[in-house]
Amino acid sequence: MTSTVARYDTPVTIAPVLRYAILFIVAGGVLIPLIATALGGFKSLGELRVNPFGLPSQWEWINYWEILSSSRYWQLMGNSLIIAVLTVILTVTAAAMAAFVFVHVRFFGATFLLNYLLLGLMFPAATAILPLFIKIRDLGLLDTYWGVVLPQVAFGLAMSILLFRNYFRQIPKDLFEAAVIDGCGYFRFFWYVILPLSRPILATVAVIVFVHSWNNYLLPLVVLNRDTLYPWPLGIMVYQGEYSTDWNLILAFITLTILPAIIMFFAAQKHIVAGLMAGSVKG
Amino acid sequence: MVLLFLPPALFLFTLFVALPMGEAAWYSFYSWNGYGAPTDFVGWRNFELLFANRAFRIALTNNFLIIVVSLAIQLPLALGMAILLADRVRGTATFRLIFFLPYILAEVAAGLIWRFVYDGEYGLLAKLWELFGATPPHVLAEPDIAIYAIMVVVVWKYFGFHMMLYIAGLQQIDRSLYEAAHIDGATGWQIFRRITVPLLGSTIRLSVFFAILGSIQLFDLIMPLTKGGPSDSTQTMVTYLYSYGVTRMRIGFGSAVGVVLFLICVVFAFGYKRVLMRHD
Repeated sequence: MTSTVARYDTPVTIAPVLRYAILFIVAGGVLIPLIATALGGFKSLGELRVNPFGLPSQWEWINYWEILSSSRYWQLMGNSLIIAVLTVILTVTAAAMAAFVFVHVRFFGATFLLNYLLLGLMFPAATAILPLFIKIRDLGLLDTYWGVVLPQVAFGLAMSILLFRNYFRQIPKDLFEAAVIDGCGYFRFFWYVILPLSRPILATVAVIVFVHSWNNYLLPLVVLNRDTLYPWPLGIMVYQGEYSTDWNLILAFITLTILPAIIMFFAAQKHIVAGLMAGSVKG
Repeated sequence: MVLLFLPPALFLFTLFVALPMGEAAWYSFYSWNGYGAPTDFVGWRNFELLFANRAFRIALTNNFLIIVVSLAIQLPLALGMAILLADRVRGTATFRLIFFLPYILAEVAAGLIWRFVYDGEYGLLAKLWELFGATPPHVLAEPDIAIYAIMVVVVWKYFGFHMMLYIAGLQQIDRSLYEAAHIDGATGWQIFRRITVPLLGSTIRLSVFFAILGSIQLFDLIMPLTKGGPSDSTQTMVTYLYSYGVTRMRIGFGSAVGVVLFLICVVFAFGYKRVLMRHD
């Protein structure tokens, strides 16, 4: 027996050595591809071939520096950022307003309309991608940011409305009655009372929508043809195609493109984990 | 007046979600390249062609295999890690973050990273092979094994998400049950089988739901790895839709694939919720 008191109120009683051995093996499996990717970007192609795992014998900062000093990288990041920010603003606005109506206004057909919007939870964007392409083309939105943003907003609405609605319902209705007695209308009540009280859910929805937009691949692939408009998931595929076997450059490029997401993740891990889990579980 | 809050959402949803879905059903009965109006009505032929198509059958099989692997390997791994990390012992927070990390990466980036891992010349796997003195295989170029290589990536990418679900579920379980079981002399397996799994029931059902629905829709991850090749051996329904519908602008045929995908998703989602999640 070890000197520590054994705990029995746990789902598993396991020797610490064994617990950590398992955890370290799995963590290795998760991390090794990622670390090898980041390190690979610092190697020369010749070294990558003989030593893909270890530290580089000579750190080739030039691989990273050339990408960082190219306009290509910043353009991809910029495009992704513009598309994601526009998508977040529009989704949050449209969804919060709609959810507010469903919670605070009784009107004929409310249940029907809510169920109609929540149909969007049922199927992936891929199912209607061809008619969506035709629609975007006919609206003249091919090769524009809006051609990606507006459908992304439309597909994000169902889950966002559901999250907002669940949250708004927990805000006491008395607040609304008090506000009405004080002569406060719906608009001011929404703006000055509901929104300030809803910061956590606003953050949650914003995180989910931002991440989905940032990582989205299929829709921009279908809508955008001009590579000056490409968000990074498209751009990185083009880069990989161009440099097909210069893996050291590709690895540096991958590292730099996923870096913002990883930094964001570690900086705001609690919000991001909670947000993504809430989005999928309630959505 | 406040009802004016509703039209933006309704308008966008109708225009970009509801209408295209309806149009997919309509277009699926036509042979159409997207120019002019769809006039060449072909009845059920697109669907007949689809189910007679070898690549589409491979895609269906692959989707099924991915579901099986998700349920048989990914979820048990996630549950095991969740059980090891459910208690606040030293380092659990870090391990949880590490395991969740692949989930936040874009599928495209994750796919490219693993394309490197599997590369026959520069990749990590090739190096491991060489250590044992064997000639490294080009994993993703082998029709027989490429799909299994993709499954490894699927497990790597998504098990952390399911682990987080399970951790949240485990925290709801009353700890005195475990203590009582120990006092009564239950073995570890009995505790797992009789306490953990039953009390985690609703979480497991939810996680199975996500695993299946996600497996049906797999696309982004496959594009950087194999694009559905070699010789269609790694197609899924959505990569098939992309390769044979979108890139060739066969609007009618591609819409038929979309309709089949839609029906599978909806029937599964409704059926599953009705039968297995009605009490949750």
